[in-house]
Amino acid sequence: MKQIFGRPAGLTDVLQRYCPGCGHGIVHRIIGELLVKLGIRERAVGIAPVGCSVFADEYFNCDMIQPPHGRGPAVSTGIKRSRPDCIVFSYQGDGDLAAIGTAEIIHAASRNENITVIFINNAIFGMTGGQMAPTTLPGMKSTTSVQGRNIKKQGYPIKVCELLAGLDGPYYLVRTSVHDPKNIIKTEKALKNAFGNQIAKNGFSLVEILSMCPTNWGMTPVQSKRWIGDTMMKYFPLGEYRNRAKEEK
Amino acid sequence: MTKEIIIAGFGGQGIVSSGIILGYAGMLENKNVTFFPSYGAEMRGGTANCSVVISSEPVASPIVAYPDILIIMNEPSLARFEPMLKPGGIFFYNKTLIKSHPKRDDITVLAIEANAIAEELGQGRIANMVMLGALVKKTDILKLETLKKAQRERFVKASSEQLSLNDKALERGSELY
Amino acid sequence: MAEKRLMYGNHAIVEGVLAAGCRFFAGYPITPQNEIPEYMSIRMNEVGGVFIQTESEIAAINMLFGAAAAGKRAMTSSSSPGISLMQEGISYIAGADIPVLVVNVIRGGPGLGNIAPAQSDYYQATRGGGHGDYFTITLAPNSAQELFEFPKLAFELAEKYRNPALILADGLLGQMMEPVEFSYDPVDPTTLPEPSYALSGCQGRDRRVVRSYDLKPGKLEEWNWRRHAKYQHIMEKEQRAQAADCDDAELVIVAYGTSARVSSAAARMAREKGYKVGLLRPITLWPFPKNALAELSNKVEYFLVVEMNLGQMVEDVKLATECKNKIHFHGRPGGGVPTPHEIYEKIETILGGSS
Repeated sequence: MKQIFGRPAGLTDVLQRYCPGCGHGIVHRIIGELLVKLGIRERAVGIAPVGCSVFADEYFNCDMIQPPHGRGPAVSTGIKRSRPDCIVFSYQGDGDLAAIGTAEIIHAASRNENITVIFINNAIFGMTGGQMAPTTLPGMKSTTSVQGRNIKKQGYPIKVCELLAGLDGPYYLVRTSVHDPKNIIKTEKALKNAFGNQIAKNGFSLVEILSMCPTNWGMTPVQSKRWIGDTMMKYFPLGEYRNRAKEEK
Repeated sequence: MTKEIIIAGFGGQGIVSSGIILGYAGMLENKNVTFFPSYGAEMRGGTANCSVVISSEPVASPIVAYPDILIIMNEPSLARFEPMLKPGGIFFYNKTLIKSHPKRDDITVLAIEANAIAEELGQGRIANMVMLGALVKKTDILKLETLKKAQRERFVKASSEQLSLNDKALERGSELY
Repeated sequence: MAEKRLMYGNHAIVEGVLAAGCRFFAGYPITPQNEIPEYMSIRMNEVGGVFIQTESEIAAINMLFGAAAAGKRAMTSSSSPGISLMQEGISYIAGADIPVLVVNVIRGGPGLGNIAPAQSDYYQATRGGGHGDYFTITLAPNSAQELFEFPKLAFELAEKYRNPALILADGLLGQMMEPVEFSYDPVDPTTLPEPSYALSGCQGRDRRVVRSYDLKPGKLEEWNWRRHAKYQHIMEKEQRAQAADCDDAELVIVAYGTSARVSSAAARMAREKGYKVGLLRPITLWPFPKNALAELSNKVEYFLVVEMNLGQMVEDVKLATECKNKIHFHGRPGGGVPTPHEIYEKIETILGGSS
């Protein structure tokens, strides 16, 4: 019998420990497939963040490193500059990239470092138990904003694509979502572009992906998919914020 | 034989480069040498000084607390460094720019019209070379020829005219003694 | 004899790093070590290496983590406040068993402190410095010549034991000029073998993972015990110290780096006055040369520990000698540098009347 669906060779044969309805598994699968489709698995080096996806170093079937919280772009820079033939990707969450690692992502983008960054925005700190993230929406409840995020006291969410688009450096900035099949396909295209840019030595690419966290949002998986479409996308509009490939055409 | 030297003056008087030339010349004569400049924020104040040690033995401390020789190029440095000179030490100072005179009587004081001689040669900023010429002739710590070689090897970007002028200034300094 | 050049200590480090075959530098400006990145930027360009001026010391140490995990010799330099910022990264690197070289040109502290020479980061360097149970191999050069030679030694030790290595200099050693002999042939980086952990793409081999965590019950404890065995081995095998005039000494000065230079002048003055004074200079601060101290403790009555701090290494001297001897301390904190005269006076006070 012909097998028509299975685990891509870009993922290890390990049971992933993500919660039901979590978006990480979807994005992992897309990356795992692309590592194979693009023929880059054997020259890829991935960076796992600190957060729920810290275990990404067990899940991606390629060389992996797990650096300090937020420092993925700096570690990526060190690897890429030392081994320019490797394909280096940094997988980060919103606490990792938009809070503690703000300096590193801004400067890697500004240097147009030839790396690929996958930024999972689920508007919450997942692993530590649902605390407020820099991307938590105004009014949204978390374990450190139990009344809902009060913008007067806790400020506004950080819109990473818009922020980085203020820099001259980055080559490709795009925001996508994985809350429905149509957007999953768009996410795959964006990630393919982001890896393609690195292969073509074009420079810095970041794909921000709106992703579900039913556990910490206090929702069912179905509710959380709807919430992205109904609420989160309004605050974080999808689309390309920088695409030098198109500008150059 | 160990000679500990402090050179002090304004920034721009070639204090640091004099120290380096002296140290470099010491190395060319196979002596043990150290050179240590004032650095960082201290430099921004417009004053500069450096310590040079030239010795037949390994140099213990590169910091000179009690120099055998002082080369003082401006007025503020005179007051600051005079008390540090060892009894019996030699005090060279730039008479052209310094109006006061060292007060101590347990040292040898040598007043040198360094800037006047340099101007006579056509360039005020080689006053430091005049001083170095005087220093080596008076103290015999190094040969004049080594200093000439040293400045030629260190000032790699200087024109041949400049290098000749530096030589002349070294000679004029040495002719004072 | 090889070529001799009159060089700043900070420039000698750069030449030593390049001669050791290192082609990766990342760092952030801070006085009194700015001559290192400045000169490195020129030299790395000449030799086709990587030079990155980073957004922070945090980024710098993590770029090193990446480059070294990729199997390359990588180094950074900074001064005390910047080294404090790097501690998180150094802990991760130690926890991942990756070799890197960090140079600390120490300045006066704590806080912003000043830019004068100091040795007040001794505890930080020899006790790990960041969180967790770990040590960093720590070398203390005391001349421009050693600043040239120690980067190669540091890389070799770091790689042999898969452990971060530190070189502790200070503002004086960095800013001082001395003749440097290029005493060995430069290492060609292309001849260095790819380490077993190197992240280079998994073509033709199993994938590799570099990390400092293990959440499985008991695993991290096991890992730490293995590292403990490594540390014990290093402490046994890699102690280095230089002894001068210790054979007949009544009093031995213990000092490293700049304070050892100054102390040797004081020891010379004391000998001229008839005092039997020697100098023991630790070259490795971790592992501390406790064997040399233990041996001396059986025949020497007095030790005088001289440091440019409030008394940090003196504790290691007490441990190594098991407090058998009379141990005195002379320290100058906050960027103060002792003079030979003040050390001599201390010697005279201790030995006064005994000779």
